Amino acid sequence: MDTSTTLAPSSGSGRSLHRFANPGRFLRLSGKVLPFLATLGLGLTLIGLVWGLFFAPADWQQGDAVRIIYIHVPTAWLASSGYLGLAICSVFSLVWRHPLADLAAAEIGPVGAGATAICLATGSIWGKPMWGAWWVWDARLTSVLVLFFLYLGHIALVRAFDNPERGARAGAILALVGVVNLPIIKFSVDWWNTLHQPATITLTGSPTMYVGMLWPLLFSALGMSLGFVAIVVARTRAGVMERRIRGLLLARAQQEAGARSGVAA
Amino acid sequence: MTHLTYIIAAYGVAVVVAGWFSVDAWVRMGRARRRLSAIDPRSHR
Repeated sequence: MDTSTTLAPSSGSGRSLHRFANPGRFLRLSGKVLPFLATLGLGLTLIGLVWGLFFAPADWQQGDAVRIIYIHVPTAWLASSGYLGLAICSVFSLVWRHPLADLAAAEIGPVGAGATAICLATGSIWGKPMWGAWWVWDARLTSVLVLFFLYLGHIALVRAFDNPERGARAGAILALVGVVNLPIIKFSVDWWNTLHQPATITLTGSPTMYVGMLWPLLFSALGMSLGFVAIVVARTRAGVMERRIRGLLLARAQQEAGARSGVAA
Repeated sequence: MTHLTYIIAAYGVAVVVAGWFSVDAWVRMGRARRRLSAIDPRSHR
């Protein structure tokens, strides 16, 4: 079904949003952008990780275990920003009924859950030699675990209904309710006395990190972010095509049923 | 290199999970494209 024809945007901003809601236009545009996103993402990630693993200095306290941050920190950023993306898609879906927003939200969920799982696993692997424990019920760790469960809840809810639109609506509401967890994750290290260290990189202040460690971290963060977007775009492209396949098969089945009933009459 | 086992485990987890998502996305996209081009009348124009 071509959902773009069923929409009638009323405002100027709504009209410009719906220009990009056309599935055919999305497939054409994303088909051109995707190879660049994927190549750049993979390249920058490889540069950042090789730099971090073999050329960045070891930490005077943590030793070489500090090299785990080149994976842990970018995936932690992606876990939160991915959820923010999910919430933005939910707003587009609920307010403007943007047909691609539902699909994008459904595809961000599993990828965001994957990033959160990597973040939790690598944090746990780092915590064992540094803190002497795989897990502590620290405010930062617990709030990220809650984020992981929110992702899982969204994945389950979106797929729990026979009618995909109802699933998308329920998932969007859950995603918006779960946004309250994002500031809790961000400020948990300031609001509570946590074992997890406070932020070393902030938007307002200069980083409290040696520049030789900062650059590989920024490369891997940028590369992984582009990789995350590339995977979501690829999955959304597949979702758009699968929806079109379902629509065509349904139309064909209805046509055949109509022809059969005509012959019987 | 100190803590080598932990470093290998952390990077291994990341590569396996990220690799699985990447391969799955590309395989799914290719399968959908082939199936769509087989049944969509617009693709034969």
